[in-house]
Amino acid sequence: MSEFIHSVKLDREKCKGCTNCIKHCPTEAIRVREGRAIIIEEICIDCGECIRICPNRAKLAITDPLERLHDYRHTIALPAPSLYAQFSAGIMPRHIISALLALGFSDVFEVAVGAEAVSLFLNDFLNQRPHPKPMISSACPAVVRLMQVRFPSLLDQIVPVDTPMEIAARMARERAAGEHGLKDEDIGVFFVTPCPAKVTAVKQPFGNRSYVDGTISMVSIYGELLSRLDAPAISPARRLSTARGVGWGKTGGENRAIKGRSLLAVDGIHNVINLLEEIERGGLQDIDYIEAQACTGGCIGGPLVPQNPYVSRVRMENLLKELAAAEENELPAFPEDPAYYMLPNNITPRPVHKLSDNIDEAISMLEAVENIAADLPGLDCGSCGSPTCRALAEDIVRGFAETSYCVFKLREKLQLLAREIVDLSLLQPPAMGRERGKEEFKK
Amino acid sequence: MKMEFDIRGMDFTRAGEASARIKKALQMVGMKVETIKKTVIVAYEAELNVVIHARQGTMKVRVCPDRVELTVVDEGPGIPDISLALQEGYSTAPPHIREMGFGAGMGLPNIKRCSDELEIESEVGTGTILKAVIINHPDGDSNV
Repeated sequence: MSEFIHSVKLDREKCKGCTNCIKHCPTEAIRVREGRAIIIEEICIDCGECIRICPNRAKLAITDPLERLHDYRHTIALPAPSLYAQFSAGIMPRHIISALLALGFSDVFEVAVGAEAVSLFLNDFLNQRPHPKPMISSACPAVVRLMQVRFPSLLDQIVPVDTPMEIAARMARERAAGEHGLKDEDIGVFFVTPCPAKVTAVKQPFGNRSYVDGTISMVSIYGELLSRLDAPAISPARRLSTARGVGWGKTGGENRAIKGRSLLAVDGIHNVINLLEEIERGGLQDIDYIEAQACTGGCIGGPLVPQNPYVSRVRMENLLKELAAAEENELPAFPEDPAYYMLPNNITPRPVHKLSDNIDEAISMLEAVENIAADLPGLDCGSCGSPTCRALAEDIVRGFAETSYCVFKLREKLQLLAREIVDLSLLQPPAMGRERGKEEFKK
Repeated sequence: MKMEFDIRGMDFTRAGEASARIKKALQMVGMKVETIKKTVIVAYEAELNVVIHARQGTMKVRVCPDRVELTVVDEGPGIPDISLALQEGYSTAPPHIREMGFGAGMGLPNIKRCSDELEIESEVGTGTILKAVIINHPDGDSNV
């Protein structure tokens, strides 16, 4: 299915066919068949839960190697705010930016600066435009994909605003073109990412075009950055992002930057699902805006970050205190044209996992699913390779599985068969005389 | 195609389960986004009404290509004045339910707003039968 581009992939050598991942996938997009996990591309949202849970490290995120920097004359690193929380106390954003430059990037543009600009725009947007309530953040691509797959009726409640990553990338490109007179194709913009969902968001952008050329996994360059933290410092005159932008790296930061109103922050993909279900039932209309992040703790809890998320939360909080103390009153001149921030198109539903294109057929298939599910043990053990008994019932009806995949059903069948064999063994042909077995066995 | 769910009075922890199951089923069938959206709200509000007011009840769902039919039968206090109950903001929920954020008097009005056909029969002291129909309009996708 080339229609869907994914960054979460399976390492076939390492996968043992255990069923840990299928039980944790929020969209039930994984099956184990023939001893290995299979990702169903149509419903995978690249959240990376399976990367986190896999005990054999068999789930990978496909990101770009640093060698790709050679493809461009001028390269710009775009560090996600969450990167700043990965180092020990005293390491400030300016040290990390210096280290990125020492690593070989021609320039660095903070995503946090894009986040500042987006915060201001969102503030105006929520104040000035009529909109349904609650509006939902577009910043976490795993949440947006989740909504495309499971909550299509809520898509018009996502703010039609581009992400801080895209806005930062666009500003970085324009700055490089202006300052160095570079052609667009000579500029390579690389996002330093905490998660696979962002990788996919670059390859298959919601806005149908991305200003980012590649993604570098945070954990893959962490060691390289650690050894370069004492690189020559950048100019102290350079303006760096304030807490308003950097805070986006953790839960609550986005709401802090937007300020005021009735704002709600939810993190962890399963908590996000519960909340979206509530909105779908007509609830939460007293809330203006929802910051929803797939990872617990926000981006600092991403699957591709090196640090323990609880440690990085403290680091982030301490850093924000320092940055807030120095927060300037005046902001740099950000683009004012609303079109600069708006997504150029609507976010459309992704074909959900329909049973059939023919609705009559789909209804009779659904009936079959219900009947099979009622007959399965309902233990959701996962031994069949499907995440739940209901999912197995669906798989059977779709023709991807058989009832005998259920170990309990198989055992039931074996018992019947065994009983039949015993019964048969007791029958003697008349030529051998009386049917003695029956009485003896009945004792 | 039919589904059936038992609902128990005061069981708030399970409220919403039936509507989640119904939603998933309708998505698998390929119903229009608009149809699913309306059905989820009707099913949830009807479920909640039983949880808040009645001792117990059942919700039956019939899925047809052109429509979804919901029938909720409960054993409960009944509704003395149905037209009053259909007014926005009219509520008979006790204070402790309102403190939980439920019972704002929007249940039946929401059901009415989201149903294409609605029939309510009620007998005070015995219970209520609610029948709602949501039409699956062929051009009912606001998002596609």
